[in-house]
Amino acid sequence: MTEDTKLSVAGMEFGSRLLVGTGKYKDHDQTRLAIEASGAQIVTVAIRRTNIGQNPDEPNLLDILPPEKYTILPNTAGCYNAKDAVRTCRLARELLDGHKLVKLEVLGDDKTLFPDIPETLVAAEELVKDDFDVMVYTSDDPLIARRLAEIGCVSVMPLAAPIGSGLGIRNPYNIITIIEEATVPIIVDAGVGTASDAAIAMELGCDGVLMNTAIAAAKDPILMASAMKKGIEAGREAFLAGRMPRKRFASASSPIEGTIF
Amino acid sequence: MQFVLNGETQDMSSGTTIQDLVNMMEVGTRRYAVERNEEIVPRSLHAQTIVNDNDQIEVVVAIGGG
Repeated sequence: MTEDTKLSVAGMEFGSRLLVGTGKYKDHDQTRLAIEASGAQIVTVAIRRTNIGQNPDEPNLLDILPPEKYTILPNTAGCYNAKDAVRTCRLARELLDGHKLVKLEVLGDDKTLFPDIPETLVAAEELVKDDFDVMVYTSDDPLIARRLAEIGCVSVMPLAAPIGSGLGIRNPYNIITIIEEATVPIIVDAGVGTASDAAIAMELGCDGVLMNTAIAAAKDPILMASAMKKGIEAGREAFLAGRMPRKRFASASSPIEGTIF
Repeated sequence: MQFVLNGETQDMSSGTTIQDLVNMMEVGTRRYAVERNEEIVPRSLHAQTIVNDNDQIEVVVAIGGG
């Protein structure tokens, strides 16, 4: 039986190929339980201003994400230019005591949340030069994916559909082309809506899937997290197993000889 | 002395340090990071870094996000 390898990103190895966000949950308890049910080991967080006079007893997200259990992936969500994204990564590195792994996303427009590719390229170059390990959110354009890998990003993360849309893999052929040319792990980031979407991404040959809303916006996020874990695993195993060729006409599974008539 | 803290104009006595601001923000036990005029101020320098007139200070924490 074909043995799977671990997901390897920036010299670190992960048994889980599901990466999850921590946004949009009801509370930290639900966040923690959903992440546990997902089996994810890489967990994204956002970096935001703290308010004057905020309640100091307010629960701390990082308290439910112990570093021995999870690899924190600070993101640059909400940044619309390279400069702000680079500043956010530097703040994250300071906040997390020199942590180098970041998720770069530079958005172009708040209706689609599609990446601003020119700004993403500028930010990626600057962050790689500044010794960050950059996992980069991008469009499903194979040429841009290649360019981002050449710049030195440790993972290229094409969207499957707009962030938070749950529309599933809208352009599987582009994702396949990106995977075929990949020199770094390809992780589908954004757009999956349910477990079959995650399975399809993995069946295409992705190295992993990053998701947030598909779990957090489910009626029962903890159960959906568990479903996603299974979807990822099933899709990965099916990819490794190698699916049968598609045929236009039927092919009987039972032998034709020995029938009683 | 006037400066901008997390986007809001503040008026404080001169000699205020980054550490004074952080204490005022009540970040509690949360991890935080500070930027002054778009440059990181390392944690080890918070107590000795004095805020200047017209400085732009950002104090950030980690929150839920995808």
